[in-house]
Amino acid sequence: MRPSPRGRAPGASQTPMAIDWQAFWLTLQLAITVSAVLLVLGLPIAWWIAFSRRRWKFLIEAIVALPIVLPPTVLGFYVLVALGPRSPLGRWWISLTGHTLAFTFTGLVIGSILYSLPFAVQPFATSFAAVDRKLIAASATLGSSPLHTFFRVIVPLSVPGLITGTALSFAHTMGEFGVVLMVGGNIPGVTRTVSIDIFDRVQASDYAAANQTALLLLAFCFTVLAVVYSVNRKSWLVGPIK
Amino acid sequence: MSAFRTDEPAAVAASLPASVRDPDKDRIAAPLLEARFRKRLAAPEREFVLEAEFQAEPGFTILFGPSGAGKTTVLDCVAGLATPDSGRIAVGGGFLFDSSQGIELAVAKRRVGYVFQSLALFPHLTVEKNVQYGLAHLPQAERATRASAILQAFRIAHLAQRYPREISGGESQRAALARTLVTDPAVLLLDEPLAALDAATKAKIIDDLRLWNQAHRIPILYVTHSREEVFALGERVIVLDAGRIVAQGTPHDVIEAPQQETVAQLVGFENIFDAVVESIHPERGTMTCCVAGEGGPVLLETPLVRGGVGSLLRVGIRAGDILLATVPPVGLSARNVIPGRITSLDQRDVIVCARVKCRVEMEVHLTLAARDSLQLAPGREVWLVIKTHSCHLMQK
Repeated sequence: MRPSPRGRAPGASQTPMAIDWQAFWLTLQLAITVSAVLLVLGLPIAWWIAFSRRRWKFLIEAIVALPIVLPPTVLGFYVLVALGPRSPLGRWWISLTGHTLAFTFTGLVIGSILYSLPFAVQPFATSFAAVDRKLIAASATLGSSPLHTFFRVIVPLSVPGLITGTALSFAHTMGEFGVVLMVGGNIPGVTRTVSIDIFDRVQASDYAAANQTALLLLAFCFTVLAVVYSVNRKSWLVGPIK
Repeated sequence: MSAFRTDEPAAVAASLPASVRDPDKDRIAAPLLEARFRKRLAAPEREFVLEAEFQAEPGFTILFGPSGAGKTTVLDCVAGLATPDSGRIAVGGGFLFDSSQGIELAVAKRRVGYVFQSLALFPHLTVEKNVQYGLAHLPQAERATRASAILQAFRIAHLAQRYPREISGGESQRAALARTLVTDPAVLLLDEPLAALDAATKAKIIDDLRLWNQAHRIPILYVTHSREEVFALGERVIVLDAGRIVAQGTPHDVIEAPQQETVAQLVGFENIFDAVVESIHPERGTMTCCVAGEGGPVLLETPLVRGGVGSLLRVGIRAGDILLATVPPVGLSARNVIPGRITSLDQRDVIVCARVKCRVEMEVHLTLAARDSLQLAPGREVWLVIKTHSCHLMQK
């Protein structure tokens, strides 16, 4: 019998004071997948935002930034609807796999990608836009195509921004709660992430275990960010040559 | 000593491949650059229309003019980094841009080498990788050979593994030139590339460029606002002011004897006066011009030009061409000796700028030593001595 997606998983707090490692590894897996997908998906979007001269560019920028201000439950609700059996995407997925996208790890990944999109795209776009336009012009006059220029000049000079964007989307996904709860529910080993585990333990008044898990998450996210920022200190000097 | 001084130009030519890029069908080969285009420029403080019409033959063509005249925009339009509103740009008969036919060749396809004022060396690549950058379509071994040859020719082979931030301004300049020239461009654009260099380094690189140009006869558009560079490099100069070409010709014709006041102001005629031709002396090759001043006219003997008595002209005199005497000078070949009184003396760097009232006000440049030995001070009576050929006549 499959556990209820919304309910507490049976046996979730049977071992008080213990960290739910299964939830931790699942969260880690989710965060790695999401930040890797965003690293690939975010590059063309950020490139377009940084270099497009379209008048309606602001609309795309606003859409990309929406998850920053939108309540996670709102985003989660629409993702749930979009993935559900009544939507074309949901029907297509069911015809392909035989089951719905909602309350699955894949569904969780899709929801998390949308939720973390601005955390990757904005640092990417900012660092692309900061690349000296003369370097891009020089690359073109040396016979390089825009794609070649992107990978040989823009990306190498934007490494700090790419690291920051990837780290932020990773850390943001690690601590995600609202969207996960809406889209994935609380299925151990499938959609039960660390933040839901903490919420669950607090609901059960198991504050000690909640604290232990929360501390682990705090330490982990802090370590990741500290490592990223220390690596990022060394960046290429861009600007006038001495 | 020039980088190419010890080498014969032919040896330098041999070190630089005649055709580094593939002779693609859509690439242009022959060398005359022809441009005739218009572009509206929206500068923050003023808006003007750039109207360029010129031909650049193989060799140096200097684009000269004040900041904001549109010089860099001309280069950008040729390179394809800016799009003219209308007109055409062709190299060797092949169009880079033609608004009437809807032709606009991509920047990467134009074979136009461009060295920017900031040089734009890629900071994340070594000098060697920078130089190899434009050879990406060639096999690795070929790239290495060509890069190595040009690094040797520019005497920066020992810097191959350094990054741009680790080399000096002059070395960066050579690296930027090498990176562009190794691609064997059909046209070369240089945007004030020597602006940041000291005089000695500048002179060496000018020597290199001139020698390189002897071996590779391609049109080179060279933007500068330095008169010295115009004379050092120019075979032809185009003077641009507020988007318009106000003069073109050899540097000597355009700058030494400017026909227009705009050019005169650009090239540093501190004294420009309205004048009327009072009498002409064909037997002496001179004429007398009358400049209206307070309390009476100042008569100047000038070279004879076309135009009869009564015609209106402008006379330009460089402040550095005027001699200053503290007693009435005698026995001079100079035809113009004008009494006056110093109204002010200002020191500018190592030059003393004296303003002298002699019915009109003239600016005179002196050395610090001249000021001190003549004990010049405001109020002192002086005589200005001006040679006939220091009076340059311009159309009014």
